[in-house]
Amino acid sequence: MKQGLLIEDLVVEVAGKRVVDGLNLHLPKGEVHAIMGPNGTGKSSLSKALAGSEDYKILSGRVFLDGVDIAGKAPEEISKEGLFLAFQYPVEIPGVSIANFIRACLNARLPEGEEINAPAFYKELYAKMQELGMDKSFTSRSLNVGFSGGEKKRCDILQMLMLKPKIAILDETDSGLDIDALRIVSDGVNAARSSELGILLITHYQRLLDHITPDKVHVMYGGKIVETGGAELALELEKSGYEKFKK
Amino acid sequence: MSQKPENLDFSSEAGNFSYAEDYAFDAGVGLNEQTVRYISKVKGEDEWLTQFRLDALKIFNEKENPTHWATERLNELDFSKIRYYLAKDKKNRRSWDEVPEDVKKTFERLGVPEQERKFLAGVDAQFDSESAYSSMKSHLEEQGVIFVGPDEGLKKYPEIFKKYFCSVIPVDDSKYSALNSAAFSGGSFIYVPKGVKVKQPLQAYFRINAESFGQFERTLIIADEGSELMYMEGCTAPRFETSTLHSGVVELVALKGAKIQYVTVQNWSNNIFNLVTQRGRAEEGAEISWIDCNVGSGLTMKYPTVVLNGKGARGEVVSIALANHLQHQDTGAKMIHLADDTTSNIISKSISIADGRASYRGMVYIPENVKGCKNNTVCDALLINSNSRTDTYPAIVCSGEDNFVQHEASVSKLGDEQIFYMRQRGLSEQEAMSLAVNGFVNDLVRRFPMEYSVELKRLIELEMEGSVG
Repeated sequence: MKQGLLIEDLVVEVAGKRVVDGLNLHLPKGEVHAIMGPNGTGKSSLSKALAGSEDYKILSGRVFLDGVDIAGKAPEEISKEGLFLAFQYPVEIPGVSIANFIRACLNARLPEGEEINAPAFYKELYAKMQELGMDKSFTSRSLNVGFSGGEKKRCDILQMLMLKPKIAILDETDSGLDIDALRIVSDGVNAARSSELGILLITHYQRLLDHITPDKVHVMYGGKIVETGGAELALELEKSGYEKFKK
Repeated sequence: MSQKPENLDFSSEAGNFSYAEDYAFDAGVGLNEQTVRYISKVKGEDEWLTQFRLDALKIFNEKENPTHWATERLNELDFSKIRYYLAKDKKNRRSWDEVPEDVKKTFERLGVPEQERKFLAGVDAQFDSESAYSSMKSHLEEQGVIFVGPDEGLKKYPEIFKKYFCSVIPVDDSKYSALNSAAFSGGSFIYVPKGVKVKQPLQAYFRINAESFGQFERTLIIADEGSELMYMEGCTAPRFETSTLHSGVVELVALKGAKIQYVTVQNWSNNIFNLVTQRGRAEEGAEISWIDCNVGSGLTMKYPTVVLNGKGARGEVVSIALANHLQHQDTGAKMIHLADDTTSNIISKSISIADGRASYRGMVYIPENVKGCKNNTVCDALLINSNSRTDTYPAIVCSGEDNFVQHEASVSKLGDEQIFYMRQRGLSEQEAMSLAVNGFVNDLVRRFPMEYSVELKRLIELEMEGSVG
């Protein structure tokens, strides 16, 4: 029912170094969780490993998405199972327009030979763009090429809204955003909140959580979750820092 | 996630088949005076043409391979191991029913008769050295359009043929134009009379079936005043163990106000040396467009040229090159402005994948004695994976008053990070690469006739399939 994302004893290595070390987490659909922690504690590594990046090797543990074990699957398979990752630094893809890209991604989810309905697609796309304060002209621009930091993040959120994942991981989505862009992106995420979507916010600042109130806050330290609490935990961390988790 | 493809499957797979053939005419291996005389005799040529070939042979032998500026890879070509003329017979057939079964099967597998039925005004299908089939719609014949092979062109229309033959590309232009002049066989001779606008394209299909073979087609197209023509050539060959050579010469003449569009989709297998000379002369107010797509071959060297010879003439080269594993696409364009108010446009896009190499060589020449000339060159490269290589060698001479040249170049990269991003959204590695490459060339693909642009997109997708390790 509310299975969502279930991570059990996950251990991840990158370039011979353990970056996630026995992590457990359950994010049911319909909830928003935040993972907070100081720099270099494995937050971004966790998101890359969950998305199936081949540079991040899963040594042990299991990852379930609505009951399906996705650990070790190819990135595109994981994506099609319903996991979306909004990148900390969205890359520029020359020559591929936003509209064509999203369309291709939606078509990739259909059985071979089938295609989505183009007029309905554009109607939905334009509506979502309006929600995110993006000009229509963006659809024909190459993906992220020459975009400002805020535009790139909005473009990622647009993809999330169009691809309708079951679980979305937003990796430092607030970084590089000014106050206005942060509000627009947050409004987009809040509008996407539903019983069908679980959202994992990775951040090390409280400021994103002023706009998107999480159901739970997890503190990640040394490659694992060391404390879990309600939204108030984030405020506490803002005051006291991560000092107390150091051993 | 580095993909260094080891064993690439080439998209020319579609053309990778051959049938065993008995050749009634075979000039043997290697090129010498005897070979040239043999070819000339089989064709029943006049003495002057035999002499022309022999003179060309001499020039070919004297000229060095241009490795001082071009790739050393040219030295891998062993001219003494190539067969220069192979033909089953010398019959020129106007109906597919008369074409020998296995040759017909070959062209059917390549979809030539089907395309002819669907959208072409005429087809010439060349099998090794000679044309196996050629036909044109009757209404064009009635309007005086000529579409035959060079042998027939010379015999039936000597006054037009002789006037323009070698008038754009001299024999001694390069080692390879001399080689072609010595050994040429097959190709097209086209004449479009004054004011006649050929609405549908004429097509030539070049097929190499034999191993260690050299194909030297010769094409001469004359568009008389105010006429219009689109000509398309396609080419495939099976994948052989040994090097095979294709070295064509194509001359275009666009007289006052005429318009010629010449479209190439080159998909040779990857051990073919494709060394082609293509040049057009545009007279007053005329327009010549080369639309050139190189996907296949091991080494291609090809720089379509427009000599802008009359006031207000226009020239254009639209070029797409895709260099995959083991391939070197050395392509480009030349624009020679010899009259006032002439304009030219070069758009080149190249894609290098894995260790594939793409080079752009461009020459724009605007001398002091002309005015009001313009050139615009855009040269974009896309590199997929880190070990790809791309080079740009522009040579621009712009003197005189009121002349204007603009050159823009860009290089973009598609690496592991970009591919991971696209895979995270649900595309396979191959889909991601196809999307990026198709997006990169999309505005140029639109310039191809509809039927060809669909084919081209499919070709690019197939090529990507082969390059995923």
